[in-house]
Amino acid sequence: MRHAIGLAVGPATFRVGSAWRAPIDQLRRLYAGYPAVDPDRQVPDFTVRLQPARPWRRFVRPSIFIGGDHWLAEAAPMALAHGLLAAEMGMNLQMALGWRRHLLLHAASVERDGRAIVLTGESGSGKSTLAAQLGERGWRLMGDEFALLDLANGMVHPFPRLVSLKNRSIDVVTADLPPGRLGPRLDGTAKGSIRHLVPAPDAIARMREPAMPALLLFPRFGFAAARRIVEPGEAFVRLTEASTNYVALGEAGFGALTRFVTRVPALALDYPDGDAAIAAVEALWAGMA
Amino acid sequence: MAGASDAIFRADPPDALVRVSLGAIDALYHRPSGATHLVAAPVPQILEALAEGPTDAASLGRRLAARFELADGEADLLPALAARLAELEALGLVRREPGVAR
Repeated sequence: MRHAIGLAVGPATFRVGSAWRAPIDQLRRLYAGYPAVDPDRQVPDFTVRLQPARPWRRFVRPSIFIGGDHWLAEAAPMALAHGLLAAEMGMNLQMALGWRRHLLLHAASVERDGRAIVLTGESGSGKSTLAAQLGERGWRLMGDEFALLDLANGMVHPFPRLVSLKNRSIDVVTADLPPGRLGPRLDGTAKGSIRHLVPAPDAIARMREPAMPALLLFPRFGFAAARRIVEPGEAFVRLTEASTNYVALGEAGFGALTRFVTRVPALALDYPDGDAAIAAVEALWAGMA
Repeated sequence: MAGASDAIFRADPPDALVRVSLGAIDALYHRPSGATHLVAAPVPQILEALAEGPTDAASLGRRLAARFELADGEADLLPALAARLAELEALGLVRREPGVAR
């Protein structure tokens, strides 16, 4: 393709090619602090292609189709202005559909003192925002989207891609951050407004450093503060639903997930706002020390 | 075709099933099919009792009664057990011996 970049996020490497220059330039700026990958010298795990929906659509009302090793036939083309989002979605898609080295959980994770909190929940539960906020307040952000569970030793491996902040959480999280850590604000996407955040330098420098999970949280934003113990059976069911490769991994995935839910205490955490959630997480952590 | 009450049922060999207790329920990984099952009592107990050897529902009921000190001849045990066996057969966790019925 005309424009391309190699990227490494956690244990995964990508080659992102694009028919247009702008998305690659944005990726180059936002991923500048990540380890360099030369896609001409190293075969990446995955390829993502941002290509015109039709050849002439490179110029006329430019419209991006996300291609690559794995792709969704029904995915709608996206506007060129959302090229950065298309690249990120393409990379997520490769992980969700193609990663086999770990049990992939749709979850955020943060680490302190070598132990990790895994936060999972449906889209809109606030796990991404909460993890991003913790990542600015003394925790190492391991990832806001995927937690990679080691099949052999039960540790969680980071996947600290750019954090995807949506709508109200954009202002909440980015208020005190320098512009260099923020992508362009993308309005009018399928999920409303989106702005990407570069994780803190520590999160990127230590992106190959796993941590042992110590707590599993099911956060839920917008409810009166409450917490409830989640039994291992319920945690197991909800995590199989939160994994895109559980079935593909067979017995290795079963072993990893049953070990996780029987060893890691789990709580459902309802919270009215971000400050309450951060305070609740800190209180839980202090109680576990 | 023989009904569930007089058919002979067989469990898979013990190493076909990985069982992990998750508190109130058990997670089962069935190696031949690669399927995960979440089951609650009495299913694990039925599978254990059946693992002693192929048998029919009545005899299996006696095995369970002996293990769990159930009152002898509980009237509702046999139909319930036959129903569970039919469910387990549908899941592929027990098999009916072909063409054998007492």
